[in-house]
Amino acid sequence: MSLIVKGRVWKLGNNVDTDLIIPGRYLTLRDPLEKAKHALEAVIPGFAEKVREGDVIVAGRNFGSGSSREDAVTVLKTLGIKAVIAESFARIFFRNALNNGLPVLECKGICSMVENGDMLSVHFEKGEILNLTSKEKCKGTKLPAFLVEIIREGGILKKLRKELQCEK
Amino acid sequence: MGLTLAEKILATHSGKKEVSPGDIVEADIDVAMVHELLGTSGGVAELFEETGVRKVWSKDKIVALLDHWVPAPNVDVAEIHKKCRYFVKKHGLKNWFDMKAGICHQVLVEKGFVRPGEIIVGTDSHMTTHGALGAFGTGIGSTDMVVVFAKGKLWFRVPETIKIVLQGKIPKYVLGKDIILKVLRRLGPDGANYKAVEFHGEALADLSIDGRMTISNMCVEAGAKVALIPPDQKTIEFVKKRSKKEIRPVYPDSNADYVDEMMVNVSEIEPQVSRPPNPTDSVPVQEVEGIELDQVFIGSCTNGRLEDLEVTAKILKGKKVNRGVRLIVIPASYEVYLNALRKGYLETILKAEGIVEAPTCGPCIGGHLGVLASGETALVTSSRNFTGRLGSPEAKVYLSSPATAAASAVEGKITDPRKYLR
Repeated sequence: MSLIVKGRVWKLGNNVDTDLIIPGRYLTLRDPLEKAKHALEAVIPGFAEKVREGDVIVAGRNFGSGSSREDAVTVLKTLGIKAVIAESFARIFFRNALNNGLPVLECKGICSMVENGDMLSVHFEKGEILNLTSKEKCKGTKLPAFLVEIIREGGILKKLRKELQCEK
Repeated sequence: MGLTLAEKILATHSGKKEVSPGDIVEADIDVAMVHELLGTSGGVAELFEETGVRKVWSKDKIVALLDHWVPAPNVDVAEIHKKCRYFVKKHGLKNWFDMKAGICHQVLVEKGFVRPGEIIVGTDSHMTTHGALGAFGTGIGSTDMVVVFAKGKLWFRVPETIKIVLQGKIPKYVLGKDIILKVLRRLGPDGANYKAVEFHGEALADLSIDGRMTISNMCVEAGAKVALIPPDQKTIEFVKKRSKKEIRPVYPDSNADYVDEMMVNVSEIEPQVSRPPNPTDSVPVQEVEGIELDQVFIGSCTNGRLEDLEVTAKILKGKKVNRGVRLIVIPASYEVYLNALRKGYLETILKAEGIVEAPTCGPCIGGHLGVLASGETALVTSSRNFTGRLGSPEAKVYLSSPATAAASAVEGKITDPRKYLR
């Protein structure tokens, strides 16, 4: 999986919790596409129709707080979101994203240098963000090598499968 | 430098003498809990079968049950339950409770799966509850659970620890919930993010296990990874009655290094209410008194225990729920249900025209048994009042203790429970 992501920005505020990303009442839907249709609907009405494959999310503090539901990551992936950059992430969302191979980067000050609809280029290994629209640059918190590895593999289960094959 | 409780538990479980915040360790898991997220689309069962691993690491250390949507309110949920039962049978999981035990956190504690000094993970953010018994309880996603099912181990970043000291004497009708809501106000929605919380202070001794569980339960609302209360005599006696396994409690060192310290004088705490849409936005009840209510819900893993139903019954005794309000009461487990039945609490609640439902998360996750319509306002004892959590995103949800909730159900508006002090 590529560690450089370029995409159009959807900008969100602080404390976007997992109930806002995917409300509990939709968790029981069997079809992942049906589930994803409700992603962020209370924040941006019609988000699922408006979002395009390859878009990225830029959020404020504490993105993904609340529940441990992994659907909060998978609905964004299903809609084609390729990365999330936030001032900070809630712990469980951060882990779930990396485990699913969705690149996430913490970057203080990101909200003040990005507007909705800007084009961003993000280098996850280096932790570097370039706003292609405004030409501004910003540096995020570099992920430890072992987490970069999980993204590169495309998620922790692909890594687990490799590990288990090696042991056989 | 000494170790905090979280550091010590992670060290003992990863074969190390000591660890420091920021270290990445691979720790052995003592107990792993799954509920319906085992059987949802993209859930643990689906992901586990995709890995090609044929056997789970332990048939005894996994606890599985159904609690979020029970009994099944629709076909989608019934299919999820069917998938869970199939997986449990196929892998021969020993500790399976189906929908017959109650809400996972209450059941884990009642059935003796939570022991001081152990690591217990589950696909539920409120796993922090188990810190009340001195266990490293933390919530994980479905993918992490697949790793645990396969290996019995999981990586952790050793968290920094915040020490919270509860001093003073707890006033009457101030419950564990009021204390934690006050603490959450001070921490904020991310004040403990990535961190461990460790509780100390004289007030802990006056808190029941029920009250302590409420406190640890809600620390996740400030982002905490674990919320530990070092075990005392009360903890040890409680666990001994429920677990046959030898107890090996772990305690923090007296010279442990804390990233922050917070003093809380509980004598000054008044009943607290959290305003929508964040649990940490708590204020003394007087500031929101008089807000009219459509529904009151008493239950959940936060406040559906015997102590909670006891105070509810005490306030409702000989009274009626206000005509304009629906009161829904859901015991957290069948053990709680039976005890509340024997003690007459449920009869009191029913006579007051409250509705009593069978143990489930129910309205707390907006699932069933009392979801909210647009424009409605509710006061609930559960843990979260996020937008849309209990149903319509246009509903307003306030959080409080069961005492405040019961008094408010009688009056039909948010009410200070101390009025009902006798």
